[in-house]
Amino acid sequence: MSTSLGRRRLLALSPLLVAGGAGIGFWRMLHGMSGGSFDPHDVDAPVLNKPVPSFDLPAQAPGRGFSAAELSGLRAPVLVNFFASWCVPCVVEMPALLALPSMLGRPLPVWGIAYKDRTEDASGFLQRSGNPYTRIAADCDGRTAIDWGVSGVPESFLIRPGGIVAWHTAGPLSSGMVTEELGPALRRIGA
Amino acid sequence: MLSAILSPELGRFALALSCCLASMQFALPLLGAARRRPGLMRSASGFAAAQLLALVVAFACLVVAAATDDFSVANVAENSAVLKPMLYKITGVWGNHEGSTLLWCLILAACGGAVAAFGRGLPDALRARVIAVLGGTAAGFELFCLFTSDPFDRAWPAPPDGQGMNPLLQDPGLAFHPPILYAGYVGFAVPFAFAVAALLEGRVDAAWGRWVRPWTVAAWSFLSAGIALGSWWSYYVLGWGGYWFWDPVENASLLPWLCGTALLHSAIVVEKREALKIWTVLLAIATFSLSLSGTFLVRSGILNSVHSFANDPARGVFILMLLALVIGGSLALFAWRAPVLAAGGLFAPFSREGSLVLNNVLLCSVAAVVLTGTMYPPFMSLLRGQAISVGAPFFNETAVPLAVPLLAAMAAGPLLPWKRARMRPLLRRLRVPGALAAAVLALGAWGLQGVMPVLAAALGVWVICGAVADIAGRVGWRRDPRTLPRRLRLLPRAALGAALAHAGAGVSVLGLAGMSQASHRIVEARPGDSITVGGDRWVLRGVADVAGPNYDARVATLDVYRGHRLVAVLHPSRRHFPAQDQTTGEVAIHTNLISDLYAVLGDEHPERGTVVLRLHRNPLAPWIWLGALLMALGGALSLSDRRIRVGAPTPARSRSRELRTPALEAAAAE
Amino acid sequence: MTSRAGPSPGLLASPRMVALLAALAAGLAMPMKAGAVSDPSEMLADPAAERRAEHIGSRLRCLVCQNEDIEDSGADLARDLRHAVRARIAAGDSDRQVMDWMVARYGQFIRLQPRLDTDTLLLWGMPALALLAGGGTAALAARRRRPAPSPLAADEEERVSRLLEGDPS
Repeated sequence: MSTSLGRRRLLALSPLLVAGGAGIGFWRMLHGMSGGSFDPHDVDAPVLNKPVPSFDLPAQAPGRGFSAAELSGLRAPVLVNFFASWCVPCVVEMPALLALPSMLGRPLPVWGIAYKDRTEDASGFLQRSGNPYTRIAADCDGRTAIDWGVSGVPESFLIRPGGIVAWHTAGPLSSGMVTEELGPALRRIGA
Repeated sequence: MLSAILSPELGRFALALSCCLASMQFALPLLGAARRRPGLMRSASGFAAAQLLALVVAFACLVVAAATDDFSVANVAENSAVLKPMLYKITGVWGNHEGSTLLWCLILAACGGAVAAFGRGLPDALRARVIAVLGGTAAGFELFCLFTSDPFDRAWPAPPDGQGMNPLLQDPGLAFHPPILYAGYVGFAVPFAFAVAALLEGRVDAAWGRWVRPWTVAAWSFLSAGIALGSWWSYYVLGWGGYWFWDPVENASLLPWLCGTALLHSAIVVEKREALKIWTVLLAIATFSLSLSGTFLVRSGILNSVHSFANDPARGVFILMLLALVIGGSLALFAWRAPVLAAGGLFAPFSREGSLVLNNVLLCSVAAVVLTGTMYPPFMSLLRGQAISVGAPFFNETAVPLAVPLLAAMAAGPLLPWKRARMRPLLRRLRVPGALAAAVLALGAWGLQGVMPVLAAALGVWVICGAVADIAGRVGWRRDPRTLPRRLRLLPRAALGAALAHAGAGVSVLGLAGMSQASHRIVEARPGDSITVGGDRWVLRGVADVAGPNYDARVATLDVYRGHRLVAVLHPSRRHFPAQDQTTGEVAIHTNLISDLYAVLGDEHPERGTVVLRLHRNPLAPWIWLGALLMALGGALSLSDRRIRVGAPTPARSRSRELRTPALEAAAAE
Repeated sequence: MTSRAGPSPGLLASPRMVALLAALAAGLAMPMKAGAVSDPSEMLADPAAERRAEHIGSRLRCLVCQNEDIEDSGADLARDLRHAVRARIAAGDSDRQVMDWMVARYGQFIRLQPRLDTDTLLLWGMPALALLAGGGTAALAARRRRPAPSPLAADEEERVSRLLEGDPS
């Protein structure tokens, strides 16, 4: 009888344990969400730690186009940034992109890819907001962006020498992100 | 005038007052029940009534503020506008977080009031405890409302006009969806309170089962209607012919429904056989817990981060604390008290109660699958740092197959006698449903596409015929047809209601089967073009400009011919709301209850002189919601049974009684 | 999510999610598009191939929407992905290859039906687990409570059943 009662006690306790576990999970999620460390819709980037997907894109004024081979042949890291003139967050991130060298305390070339944009719109946008890009390519139909796993603009990829994607962020760069994530990522790749 | 009296300040005061009253409603009756003090116990009803009154005043204040365009109230300024039609000004009150939380509290208070009003037959201590638990829960949500979601906050300076609401929400179906759905969610607070009270008392008996059942039936009916209304709304408003998307928000409403359905059935076993008692208590707690966590976690941003309260972590944390108190508290009580509750009686697996256990196992399995599927992505992300999706294809392949044995057992269960059943009489009574279902199966295998649709069609017919066989058997259909109406009237309404609800489920399943055969075409058409969809010929007559009250519309005119007969003229349109600079599509639907013709107007290409049209033919589509309506009506019918509302429990009849003719039995029961 | 944008102002908004959430009174207005009506020129000419494409598309998540598949979504990215699926099929890929192509770019997140692996074992095993747990508990409870009655002999069984049937013979 006592073992049977003990078993019943354990059985009766189990719903509380399950609910408690779920509750702790939820608490950690909420906590992480408010601290920015947990985003339930953070999408993995499969391209991370892989060679850049192959592409060869035409130029977007006022820059010069580029290809995957050129990215892979570089000896210094480079930041590839997808942007568009119609994208409000891209405007928001522009100051951070322009101030990149001063925030990082070292030069980091930024290569831009205009995503599904009209040539004149994109160049007009860069005239107005300033041009942080060393080279600019146009991905008019968005095919290359799909190969990179881009789901919206802006999106940035840090490419280390040899053409491997070392770091990635979906969304506008902020000064905090530059110092807290991009800087350490650069140091990690030893460049 | 009215707005001078029912001011937002009075509203906030009334809300605070209701919170105080709810706290007393919690503390004093509980104390009274523990100390056996009749006066304190009886105070429960008074507090419940006073709390309800205070919340009615608070809610009225908010409605008045919205109706009189008092944009100094932040909530009204954010969600209303001068030009909004009056109906939507009022229904818009619960179309936002703050207002809906207040509505939630109001319904919870109404539950307390209802127990006070209709629970006169309950023993004093039980009633005191039930009302006290409802009061405690209400106090928590009223605190939440006051501290993190105050609907009466003033905006300064008051804007001259409000920001209005999403035109898509300006829809009568959606306007009344939240109150009905909430009545379902919150209604399960009553069985929950009964369960907690039973744990406090340490006693669950047949009478308890009898008292819990009507409250469960009521909440379940509202929830069924609410879910169906939401599904119907997304069918006719969203414009791609879908009706259920296995979205976390939808799953959050489906989970308490599944659990509540199981509760509905297990409570019968408690009442009739004094078995499954501990399980039923747990189900009552689980159902309300799922209601609570469903509605509130959906708002916390864990499940949907696009619209989240993540920007207000205080809210999320408050909700979580509240859930921990209500759910954790009741489950802790369960862990402590349930093992010492007297276990239930014994029974044979092949019997009515056995079939109800099967019902519970299957329903809870579906619920477990839906819950796991819904919660897996955030937990995967938390524990493994991996982003995955669990969507419709998963649920269709795991949860839906579990419904097959459930539906198969559904027709047989009500035909089984209590205690011990035998196969032969059952098979005899299921001859006709079985034959019909087999015929549908054969026909379906020949005419329908896919395995599940064929199975669904056969099961739908099987369930409906099973319900008819149940009633036919009870009423003794072979005997004198002249007294048949009288015999039908003499049947217990609860039995009729149950059969109606079962038949409703069958009708819904047939609707699902029909919808799986839906055909659609997307075409780019010029005026005068004719398009064939599922045997009908659609002719685009033209597209014209029509001005609405606060929008401009492009309206297409489509004639639909079946053979040479004009069967319908449809006007799908696109509305542009300049105020919000938004465009919505207005679906045009023509139904003859057998199938829907469904047309959506897409983009126009003026340079080519064409429009894109999406034309659907949706067989049996209305049956999905018709069936849900029947289920809710079945619940209402069984609530109208005098015996379910008052009176003592009836234990299951003995075998000798079982041998009497059903009509006699029914008469004797009356 | 709200910090990002797509090719149209309404891209991020899923009308259904707006609607559903509003139905639950989360009450945030977002710009939205009218119900997605795809462009008929997108479709493959071969009906069988188009059906395959629709089937695959219904299993791919529109990444910028909430729980919508790319076939139902009006978002621009969804349209691009629909194109990509059809291009892969036209190039002769099998269903599996198309799916792998998508996963290689967007990760497991794009699959509306998660892959079966050690991480999702609990998810996929849930139906069986729930049935076993439920059935097991019920069986255990039934066995514990019932002291096994001595079985009736065959003739007794028959007599009882005759009596119960109300058959006097």
